[in-house]
Amino acid sequence: MIAIESLSKRFPRVTALDRLTVGIEPGVTGLVGANGAGKSTLIKILLGLSPATEGSATVLGMDVATQGGAIRERVGYMPEHDCLPPDVSATEFVVHMARMSGLPATAARERTADTLRHVGLYEERYRPMGGYSTGMKQRVKLAQALVHDPRLVLLDEPTNGLDPVGRDEMLGLIRRVHTDFGISVLVTSHLLGELERTSDHIVVIDGGKLLRSSSTADFTQRTAVLAVEVTDTDEHPDGTAALRTALRKAGLNPHEPAPDRALAPGAGHLVTLDIGGEAGDTDESVFDTVRDTAADLGLGLVRMEQRRHQISEVFTERSAGDVA
Amino acid sequence: MSPDRTPEHPTTTGPAPGQATAPAHGRTATAERGQDVIHNIGYRGYEGPRLGRSYARRALFTQSLRGSYGLGRSAKSKVLPMLLFATICVPAAILVAVAALTKAKELQVGYAEYVLLMQPLLGIYLAAAAPQAISMDLRFKTTPLYFSRPMERSDYVAAKYAALSAALFLFTAVPVLIMYVGALLVKLDFSDQTKGAAQGIVFCALFALLHAAIAAWIAALTPRRGFGVAAIIVAITVPYFLVTALQGIALTSDNSSAIGWLGLGSPGTLLDGIQSRFLDGRSGFPDAQTLTGSQGAVYLAVFVALVACFYALLLRRYRKAGL
Repeated sequence: MIAIESLSKRFPRVTALDRLTVGIEPGVTGLVGANGAGKSTLIKILLGLSPATEGSATVLGMDVATQGGAIRERVGYMPEHDCLPPDVSATEFVVHMARMSGLPATAARERTADTLRHVGLYEERYRPMGGYSTGMKQRVKLAQALVHDPRLVLLDEPTNGLDPVGRDEMLGLIRRVHTDFGISVLVTSHLLGELERTSDHIVVIDGGKLLRSSSTADFTQRTAVLAVEVTDTDEHPDGTAALRTALRKAGLNPHEPAPDRALAPGAGHLVTLDIGGEAGDTDESVFDTVRDTAADLGLGLVRMEQRRHQISEVFTERSAGDVA
Repeated sequence: MSPDRTPEHPTTTGPAPGQATAPAHGRTATAERGQDVIHNIGYRGYEGPRLGRSYARRALFTQSLRGSYGLGRSAKSKVLPMLLFATICVPAAILVAVAALTKAKELQVGYAEYVLLMQPLLGIYLAAAAPQAISMDLRFKTTPLYFSRPMERSDYVAAKYAALSAALFLFTAVPVLIMYVGALLVKLDFSDQTKGAAQGIVFCALFALLHAAIAAWIAALTPRRGFGVAAIIVAITVPYFLVTALQGIALTSDNSSAIGWLGLGSPGTLLDGIQSRFLDGRSGFPDAQTLTGSQGAVYLAVFVALVACFYALLLRRYRKAGL
């Protein structure tokens, strides 16, 4: 779908992209990076609007340097910022944008009606957009990116400014763009949690460099760490310490409490321990041992869970590496 | 999950598999039942023609031209253009009526002269239309949506400039046509009137090309409509009055040969000079002076240079703007 080969973009003062090489497959791909990581610059280059300083990229098999117009005909783009004139209705606006993409007038009207319905805009589509809520505006912005039936859409921070409910709806909509409409999606966000739920694949860039590119499943794989939360009792005022001692006697190796962890709410009652082996092939008897040990001590076992990786760890691991 | 482009069967009952888990569906599920059914038609792709840049340019031209008269926009935005349009047409009709009543041999005011007389009105119209067509796309950041489509920046500029020129041309050519048709109805000399009206139409085109270029460039500099309106009115009227005043001073100080050269100083007097020299008009210069041959050539050269220059500036502006 997209192939990027040692792509660099340098401005007089900053390097926005630094020899970035990454391939993006059909599906929903999340592009994660802090503000200024080079996400928007990358989108501009992919649309053929800004020349790269070095390297090359192809979108849908077309070269961004020479076939920008052809790419833009089959790619949709939803900008991060507001882009809707307030005095026209969503219908008129999306029809106009469809024609700007080269659709004949009749087709533009039909596609507009279809697309606005798919993004969930009904009667309000005939009203001027000035009176729309942020959620409705985001839907219109998405509709204008989809109206010409692109093969790929580039969505720049589509959940910006939405409340939690609106955010969930937008994420669901993005998921449907791929599953129901068959259109591939490249979606940027600086919020990792969102992309964990929406994307098949995640690309993390930082400072214009590729940090990691792998499937979402790899990112959120289960780890070999078991977290156990217990209550305190009169007999054992510090339940976690008692459990740790007992587990050691049982032949397991619980982690020593990290000094700063104690500050996090609830962390004081957590015991973490290595259970060996990677995801899937852990020894089930360890869970039994932990359960029995806690029961023998008379502690309330609140929960026991195998930790999963979170995408945010990509960043913490890296910053830890920087310090070392 | 494999992308599935085949439309779901309209008779499918219950939500489609993909929708069942999608949070967005929750919203429609709580809405009226009827909408749920519509949802299940499923997504349909588009296999029809994609008409490309020149089509998009024409579509943008038409949309902007209509927008300059408030067509396709809210009722409120039709008021000013339509009111101005009526205001510029009525005196033309009155001129015809006067000619009919007094049984005159010709109209009191020439065709091109009429357009020049109406300059303040044209300034107001242009000051309203140019920011509407150009500044608003910058203000609401709509330009990235255009540039992320097949059209190039030069297409956008060409369409907007052409639309503004055409809007201004219509605004001036319609009253000229009213005068012409009226003149024929009251049986003024056919060949005289036809020649005069044709020259008037040419003048309208020249007027529109120059003024639209200036106004478009000014409007492209600011995303604020108010600034655009004020700046355009100032740019068009102030030099005109200044030059006219200087020409008056030149006449009273026995320096009347300077009058012609001074006329180069504003778009209005530039066009006035051109119409009096090449289009058989009476100039509004003091003493009704007409240009000499060399002055005429310079006037034409300056006209072409100004239009080209403002158009180039406009293109340059959009090379930087937006996405």
